Amino acid sequence: MTLQLELGKVRQKRIALTGNHAVALAAKMARVEVIAAYPITPQTPAVERLAEFVNNGELDAEYIPVEGEHSALSAVVGASAMGARVFTATSSQGLGFMYEILPIAVGLRLPVVMGIATRAYSAPINVWGDYSDVMSMRELGWIIYMVSNVQEAFDTTIQAFRVGEDPSVHLPVAVAYDGFWISHVLQPLEVPEDEEDVMRYAPITRSWRKLDVDNPASLGAVGTPEWYFEIRYAAYKALEDSIKVVLEADALYGKMFGRSYGLGSGYKLEDADVAIVTYGSIYGLARKAVDALRAEGIRAGALKIRLLRPWPADFLRRRLDGVDKVVVVDRAFNHGGLVGPVATELAATLARPIYSAYATIGMRATDSAALKKAAERVAKGEVEPMRPFNIGLRGP
Amino acid sequence: MKVKVEVRGLQLPGARPGAAVEAAYEYADFDLPEQELFLPGHGLCASCTIGVIARHMLKVLGPDTIVVNPTGCAEVSTVTYPRTNWAVPWIHVAFGNGGSVASGIEAAIKVLKRRGVIDPNRKINVVVFAGDGGTADIGFQALSGMLERRHRVIYVMYDNEGYMNTGIQRSGTTPLFASATTSPAGKKIPGNLTHKKPMALIAAAHGIPYSATANPAYLPDMLEKFRKAAEIDGPSFIHVLQSCQPGWRFEPKYAIKVLELATETGYWVNYEIEDGKFRITVTVPRRKPVECFLKLQGRFKHLGKEEIAFLQKVIDEDVKRLNEMAGGEFIGPLDPEAKC
Ligand SMILES: Cc1ncc(C[n+]2csc(CCOP(=O)(O)OP(=O)(O)O)c2C)c(N)n1
Ligand code: SF4
Ligand SMILES: [Mg+2]
Repeated sequence: MTLQLELGKVRQKRIALTGNHAVALAAKMARVEVIAAYPITPQTPAVERLAEFVNNGELDAEYIPVEGEHSALSAVVGASAMGARVFTATSSQGLGFMYEILPIAVGLRLPVVMGIATRAYSAPINVWGDYSDVMSMRELGWIIYMVSNVQEAFDTTIQAFRVGEDPSVHLPVAVAYDGFWISHVLQPLEVPEDEEDVMRYAPITRSWRKLDVDNPASLGAVGTPEWYFEIRYAAYKALEDSIKVVLEADALYGKMFGRSYGLGSGYKLEDADVAIVTYGSIYGLARKAVDALRAEGIRAGALKIRLLRPWPADFLRRRLDGVDKVVVVDRAFNHGGLVGPVATELAATLARPIYSAYATIGMRATDSAALKKAAERVAKGEVEPMRPFNIGLRGP
Repeated sequence: MKVKVEVRGLQLPGARPGAAVEAAYEYADFDLPEQELFLPGHGLCASCTIGVIARHMLKVLGPDTIVVNPTGCAEVSTVTYPRTNWAVPWIHVAFGNGGSVASGIEAAIKVLKRRGVIDPNRKINVVVFAGDGGTADIGFQALSGMLERRHRVIYVMYDNEGYMNTGIQRSGTTPLFASATTSPAGKKIPGNLTHKKPMALIAAAHGIPYSATANPAYLPDMLEKFRKAAEIDGPSFIHVLQSCQPGWRFEPKYAIKVLELATETGYWVNYEIEDGKFRITVTVPRRKPVECFLKLQGRFKHLGKEEIAFLQKVIDEDVKRLNEMAGGEFIGPLDPEAKC
């Protein structure tokens, strides 16, 4: 049974979907025009569902069942250059296979939207969800969201089209959602009744169109040392400035659909002495850990980062400057680095030593008790700052 | 006939207005539009036949054509920001993805026509203009996918038989015994030890409606093949031999001569496969010895009698097989006495 809701001005219904199917539905409701994708666990059900939409006539799009991810991204880059609204999705090895084209989509200023059902990189081959794939694309110029539940995955995918296609942005956008813990978990969510409302929120303007036989231009030129710096700087600056568009798009979404997320969210941070900072689906566990810590008299708080790129430095400073001890639970190794990938940047942002933990690597199970214990160790001074420790690793 | 070069549209954003070419020059009396869509002023080497192929390809395909140009000599020599030699929409994405970028463009055209963004009656050609490396090697998978999925894309492979842009390394179409920088003529190994990939046959094996080989020295034949490819409702593939002075090491004035000899010796046979029917389109009554083709080029100068005889045998066998496929002796017997 679906329940009619009046949220904002838009009629919505409550349904249950997995993260993959929610992302596919969001792309469908945004009326994507060209989809090119290649299956990989845990993303597969997303692209299967899109193929069903197209083949059942529910979505008027071209679905290109490409022969690999390098071609998947290449094909949507070509289609986007024609002015089409495009979508692809992948995970780990597939993202690695796409890697060459990731910075090209940025340099060509094309608003490709990509879902990433996060997954660990091989070897050993591991189809389960951690964030090593997402962390490997941070420096390439994409806008990168990391969401925490199915509803947010749906809403953020729709926002991604509005943000990436904004004329001041024209950049590709990735929406990362935990492999399995979001991609395969059935959760209730609210979705607009009428696609027209989504199209009102994110109309297809084609402002990014580059290939037009009536107005021929060359795209993807050689950029000599005399020009490359300026051209690439424009993309760099556009990404930095896109944070305003991210916030505006989120606020407008809130007005129309009744849900907005900001750059991240905090939990009981106001008077916290210790904060657990993380991202993705385990933010709920972190909040539970906070409640348990507070029950024991430890003033704890939690924060989740929603926007990985552009890095929301001001937001993080505002929320964490007053917190004495900050521990980042990172979900991908920073091999050979000082601390975890997000911990590295957060320490630089706060300009002080923080604590770094690794958890859920290769989707090693974790729970609120484990996070609570980690925060307790930090609070009691049992671990050193700027020296990573592990949550859930066997052995010494 | 004196012709004013007409320039359509502008160059890249930021280009100096009028920087596009305004020139007048002679050109022969072909049954072709005067409009130039591949503009002079490029950075290709003197005598490079990439320009000959690109210019004539666009004369046949016309202004409603979108060019996908993977990394290679054609790409780096024609579009350096903020200048371009292409008066049609042109895109370069990477080296190994010509087939997939074109697939996306073609798919976008289809859906944008359905959604009323592009006039559904307007015929827009999507052409991939890719080197041998971008086609037979790193772009092979993307090409195969594009052909198998039946995108309406014209794939033109210009084959200079090596990775010329990066300095004459061997590729999957470098001929047997040719010296290249990664298959140098050494004291022990006499150059490249592999055979040329028969790309037009490989493309045809995908069951596509049209696949052909062409040679710019046989211009009307090449033009006819572009014309056919443009008319087909589905994927087409044209493998064009392209002479490269620094790579093959001939005197620049022999850029066309060496291509003629390629066909006159049977080294390069011009054929087409249309709806499965194989046809040799440029007949050669009597073949010149392969040595005529080889001796013009520095890349073969290390070859002794034995290697040349071996190469002749390889060509004899290739010709025999192609004649069999065509069902007649369209490429004639070897004339050992023929003058080069
Ligand atoms: C992924 C990747 N690998 C290698 C290169 C370096 N590279 C650029 S062009 C080229 C060779 C191009 O050969 P071909 O396709 O035959 O074109 P040509 O230069 O001969 O015209 C190579 C190896 C690259 N740009 N991208
Ligand atoms: S190196 Fe060869 S293919 Fe490249 S521009 Fe020069 S002649 Fe043409
Ligand atoms: Mg080449």
